[in-house]
Amino acid sequence: MAKITFITNDGEKTTLEGTSGSVMSLAVENGISGIDGDCGGVCSCATCHVHVAEEDMERVGEASEIEAVMLELADDVTEFSRLSCQIEISEGIDGIVLTVAE
Amino acid sequence: MDDPMKSQEVCAIIGASHAGVNCAFALRKEGWKGKIIMYDGDPELPYHRPPLSKAYLSAGDIMGLTPLKSEAAYLKEDIVLRLGTRINAIHPKRKEIILENGDSQAYHKLVIATGARPIIPRIPGIETATHLYPLRTAAHVNCIQEAIKSGAGKEVVIIGGGYIGLETAASLKKLGANVKVLEREERILARVTAPVMSDFFHQLHTENDVEVLTGKNVVSIESNGNQNTVTCEDGSHYIADLIIVGVGIKVNVEMAEKAGIKIKNGILVDNSARTNDKDIYAIGDCTYHFNTYYDRFVRLESVQNAVDQAKIAAAAICGKEAGYNAIPWFWSDQFDVKLQMVGLSEGYDEVIIRKENTDNCFSLWYFIGDDLLSVDAVNNAKAYVWGTKFLKSRVPIDKEKLKDSTVDLKAIPKV
Repeated sequence: MAKITFITNDGEKTTLEGTSGSVMSLAVENGISGIDGDCGGVCSCATCHVHVAEEDMERVGEASEIEAVMLELADDVTEFSRLSCQIEISEGIDGIVLTVAE
Repeated sequence: MDDPMKSQEVCAIIGASHAGVNCAFALRKEGWKGKIIMYDGDPELPYHRPPLSKAYLSAGDIMGLTPLKSEAAYLKEDIVLRLGTRINAIHPKRKEIILENGDSQAYHKLVIATGARPIIPRIPGIETATHLYPLRTAAHVNCIQEAIKSGAGKEVVIIGGGYIGLETAASLKKLGANVKVLEREERILARVTAPVMSDFFHQLHTENDVEVLTGKNVVSIESNGNQNTVTCEDGSHYIADLIIVGVGIKVNVEMAEKAGIKIKNGILVDNSARTNDKDIYAIGDCTYHFNTYYDRFVRLESVQNAVDQAKIAAAAICGKEAGYNAIPWFWSDQFDVKLQMVGLSEGYDEVIIRKENTDNCFSLWYFIGDDLLSVDAVNNAKAYVWGTKFLKSRVPIDKEKLKDSTVDLKAIPKV
């Protein structure tokens, strides 16, 4: 199980618990604003863009090659950008903080 | 003038799939304070449709549907879902809709997101065929899974070699069925891609042991109660325990038409997704709308269009200025191949193939004259992304550089 904190555009902080599946699914199930996941989680739309907190980046890991390319379609991309449909929930990412991209 | 912020006003949405659901949430985001009531004949919590023919089908029955939004999200945004409830009529003069049980619901604004339904062609015997299904809803997939359950080696005939047919073929193959695809045209995907892409997918399916047969016009289906015999115009016969029909869709516009809403290849809407009735909007697959990029009216069957039009309609309903200005995009997954498409290729006079150095990694670039129309990218997200950027910026492309895979895609615009 992992606790994941989302910071949305209005500054609201929400901490959710998940056991499996993708971070995008967890966010959509709980109505986190700004994470749409239009393609359903197949890395095709870049509408689940998050910024990983700097100190959590190592645990979350970097974007895969396809994901990094797809991120080029998103706005406001930084070295801490990930598509949350490509982040699997596991104990290894317990406690991470994600800021939803604009 | 209407005040969209009045809390007692009602926005009713007919259809709760990608378009309807996204519109409901976008309405809240744009500041709609009134009621939102959304209706759909499908009893399931609204779900993502694209995985139905892909991951959802191939997972057998172990994978749940992927909901578009959670039940909690509808509650949080005060969006009322009336699932399993069909709408029978729209009365624009009285500004109300009639539910199938005869009840009426008044609206101030109405959004029609009725989508489309699969075409079941008039083939003799199709009505009495055993285990024959289209694939558009969760219920269809559940029927297909039930029919295929009792063991591998089932004979499946898929009528129609379009995306739905081919994705379904790949998924059922993964489940161990013997799969044949019968395509009426001389090549699969004839309506939507260039011949080279048809050839690629034909070969991909053949390599994966799916039998793809073209020039096969099905003329009759005979059932003995357990199995069907599918007969083609050329006299060939195929045995089928299960038949999937994927020959296209028909837009659900009859109710709107009866209500006096203008129809032209779909519900005719303006740039803000509004119909000829100022309080009625239409979004998604059921609409015939103007695409500013291609400077013509189009009808699209896609998640992208559903979501983008939903947002435009929501903004317009809330009195904001919004204009539809999107470049269409699509995707398909078959076996281990990821196809991503951006733009509309219709009317092209030249296709440039760009092969990368990795196996099964290439892209097709469709042009009319010097203008890029669209890009189909196979296992090549980079071509998809750069294609999108070039389409958006309308930058002229150097075709010679494009053909040369040693030139980085970034560098292919004319200087």
